[in-house]
Amino acid sequence: MSADILNVSDASFDEDVLKSTLPVLVDFWAEWCMPCRMIAPTVENIAETHKEKLKVAKMNVDENMKTPSKYGIRGIPTLLLFKAGEIKETMVGVQPRDKIVEIISKHL
Amino acid sequence: MRPIEKCDVVIIGAGPAGLAAALYTGRARLKTIVLEKGLPGGQILMTDWLENYPGFPEGIRPFDLAENFRRQAEKFGAIIETDEARGVRKEDDLWGVEGQNREYAARAVIIATGAAYRKLGIPNEERFTGKGVSYCATCDAAFFKDKIVAVVGGGDNALTEAIFLTRFCRKLFLIHRRDRFRAVKILQERVLANPKMEVLWNSVVESAEGESCLERILVKNVREDRTFPLQLDGLFVSIGMDPHTEFVKGLMELNEWREIKVKPNMATSQAGIFAAGDVAEACPKQVITAAGSGVAAALAVIDYLESLGG
Repeated sequence: MSADILNVSDASFDEDVLKSTLPVLVDFWAEWCMPCRMIAPTVENIAETHKEKLKVAKMNVDENMKTPSKYGIRGIPTLLLFKAGEIKETMVGVQPRDKIVEIISKHL
Repeated sequence: MRPIEKCDVVIIGAGPAGLAAALYTGRARLKTIVLEKGLPGGQILMTDWLENYPGFPEGIRPFDLAENFRRQAEKFGAIIETDEARGVRKEDDLWGVEGQNREYAARAVIIATGAAYRKLGIPNEERFTGKGVSYCATCDAAFFKDKIVAVVGGGDNALTEAIFLTRFCRKLFLIHRRDRFRAVKILQERVLANPKMEVLWNSVVESAEGESCLERILVKNVREDRTFPLQLDGLFVSIGMDPHTEFVKGLMELNEWREIKVKPNMATSQAGIFAAGDVAEACPKQVITAAGSGVAAALAVIDYLESLGG
């Protein structure tokens, strides 16, 4: 995984995501989810190109069940954009890079 | 002006069609670049197991098959780039392909961009996507352990997804608009023998309802003209695919389903551009036929470039 991406867990979510000073894009994924793997290069690319303005994190939903259920996630990949501890955007499924960038840019 | 990557053939899409084509153009010593916006393999990665790809009597994991396709294409020189094609245009005697990251120019192009799942087009479908509405059972089945779900569709894919889902869910309604399935017989037998499964024939989904997550759908039996609510947690949509042709709209002839029209050798209405796999018309939506049409397109490209000379 790219160095620009932070792996987060149920335990670290509060600290790493909700209390982050930068907006955080969280990619909820699992090993067996192929569309998650399909979208992974796009997420990595965004982490690289937006590293000044955005923190990018990944959460494995197999290893972490509390956070996905807290946010009502029933499908992956789901990308959530958090700003000041609140969800600003929700994107479900494989999305083109342009669309993701357009959506998150409103909050950066 | 961005730097231009020049080559003999640009193949757009690294699914079975694109990678099979790349293997053949690579072996013909044509400089081949394959553009893939996601992960090599394409749609097959959406399913958990392939049992109808000839040569693998025990079946094969789609991810492994995709890896084999990729390795074999790369072995003969194909370069796979993570990039998304946004458009194709004529540039002197070359075809220019505008990518997300770079520009490419090639003497011939093979479009193998495949297709994406079709939506139902019912109220609240978008709102509940990821909150109960799903298009990928292998991705999302685990969220529906011991829950009630429905699958919409009657083709091979719908029945395969339904069978897979019964490993997780408590109860599954299979909703189909006709009075018989289109799917292959062996899948029908498995569905009808599955105790968790209940088929709702002649039925369509009218809307999705709920507060923050999907809670129920409205189902209409079209034969009896009767509408009733169905309480459930998940709705899996499997009603076919739409080809990825937006980026070449206006450039070449498409049929009424927006698939690219092709001649028997996979040539499109533009000289030097070929199409293969699910994006091309009349290609049965199977992995083996996608690969086969990719090979046909590659052979046609080889002929075409030889006829041009150079």
